[in-house]
Amino acid sequence: MIELTAAQAAERIRSGDLDAAEYFDAYRERCERDDLNCFTWVAAESEQVDTSGPLGGVPIGVKDLFCTEGIPSQAGSRILEGYLPPYTATAVKRLRAAGAPVLAKTNQDEFAMGSSTENSAYGPTLNPWDRGRVPGGSSGGSAAAVAAGLVPWAIGTDTGGSIRQPAALCGIVGLKPTYGAISRYGMIAFASSLDQAGPFTRDVTDAALLLAAMQGADPYDSTCTGLGEDVALPTATDLSGVRIGVPDELTGEGIEPGVQARFDETLDRARELGATVEPCSLPTAPHALAAYYLIAPAEVSSNLARYDGVRYGLRVDGAGDLESMYTATRAQGFGAEVKRRILIGTYALSSGYYDAYYGRAQQIRTLIKRDFDAVFERFDFVATPTAPGVAFELGAKTADPLAMYLNDYCAVPMSLAGIPGISIPAGLTEGPPALPCGFQLAGPAFSETRLLDAAHALEQSIGFDSTEVRDN
Amino acid sequence: MLSRDQVLHVARLARLELTDEELDRHAVELSKVVDWIDKIAELGDLTDVEPTSHVVALTNQLRDDEPRPSLPVDQALAAAPDHDETGFRVPRVGGT
Repeated sequence: MIELTAAQAAERIRSGDLDAAEYFDAYRERCERDDLNCFTWVAAESEQVDTSGPLGGVPIGVKDLFCTEGIPSQAGSRILEGYLPPYTATAVKRLRAAGAPVLAKTNQDEFAMGSSTENSAYGPTLNPWDRGRVPGGSSGGSAAAVAAGLVPWAIGTDTGGSIRQPAALCGIVGLKPTYGAISRYGMIAFASSLDQAGPFTRDVTDAALLLAAMQGADPYDSTCTGLGEDVALPTATDLSGVRIGVPDELTGEGIEPGVQARFDETLDRARELGATVEPCSLPTAPHALAAYYLIAPAEVSSNLARYDGVRYGLRVDGAGDLESMYTATRAQGFGAEVKRRILIGTYALSSGYYDAYYGRAQQIRTLIKRDFDAVFERFDFVATPTAPGVAFELGAKTADPLAMYLNDYCAVPMSLAGIPGISIPAGLTEGPPALPCGFQLAGPAFSETRLLDAAHALEQSIGFDSTEVRDN
Repeated sequence: MLSRDQVLHVARLARLELTDEELDRHAVELSKVVDWIDKIAELGDLTDVEPTSHVVALTNQLRDDEPRPSLPVDQALAAAPDHDETGFRVPRVGGT
């Protein structure tokens, strides 16, 4: 039953050909045998769900930073070790209501800050394609678990690539929806103007099912609008009439040749399927990453002020007064990358620097949005490699923050513009070692149904086979 | 280049205690990051560009002002490192 996609399993459970409890237990046992460090918690037994729902009783992996009532929710941080939230995130509630029980909580970079899952206080997650390499991040546990077939599907969050990049590095599908499509209520905050939940799946149809279940306005999140329409399951098998723009600034230079080769090949497939593929320009995109590394840390410095040793999590007494309790708690509770981003953000917001840094970064965000608006007047979608390279070796980039940040070069512009992007496996590089890489397709805000359709047509043509990493 | 004193100042603003070793390390690393970020100056004069703080075109989405149950006190306190029946307990603030 492990070979079934989640949609296929849901269908069989609904029709009575597959027993939901047996299916859950099969995956639970696989989770227990995990040697990739994908999980921070695995369910002892299945929650009661309505298996007649659209998700048919198919269990799900949930990134650690989603609050789940009574289940540890630690966001990969020592400062939240053992934290049991008193409520459950809206996205997870909706998954349960649609028939998906929570099977496991998945490992991640601390507070979602990282591109390799090496910043987790609970140890790094390994890439099932090569255990000496990272799965990407920050949602690396979700990506590796889906790729290795330890869970049928999973959810994660993407602030500047944290769904798309690990999906690419693990050879699976990852979707970052339009900002505001899915409620952020109960997602432990990283950068609130950018954070967005989304699915990790084996194929595009499964991603559409999870998006359909999770999206929708929520009175508990005033920035959540939903998509405004139901998500249709993708059916397209060709791309006739579809116009794809390929931004000069996010392709070619800086992309590993092996990744660029699979990207070019996928563009050829798009042409064969009837699409027109032409170059386009996002002139401000080369500055997106720097703007992101001001905006996101600025929001971090504010959002993470709540970890003060008072209401939840770790407390370290310090010298006995309140302020020394704060500083000692935060010194012990946060890891190096989180401290670095708090410092960058605090610096960027501090007196005398605000206009030159945070203010200017917000203006660049406007320019990036305008760049995309102009491109989408001529094109339906833009296409880029999801990440500039394949999965790298553990430890290879931990000493150099800038090298790590460059992983999200192609993913961050979409995050700043708030538009949806999907990564589908484009195949394996020549190697050795042959490793998966991703093809990113991004569309205008709220274009998810069309985007999923186009990704589905490409996926059928590529026919990527990842069974080899699930067969153990 | 950020000096050690600048890093120390920012760390104090952020209520972060840094060891001497961390201070040295962050002064070097943050300088590299800030040098790289400084490349945004290349875009020239942006005076006429409106800032974007948020991409959602919604303001003041408020629910109806009707009373409804909130989190019970005991549940709100349950995860606190130190509390009594009604509140969070913290070290003494101010003089004795």
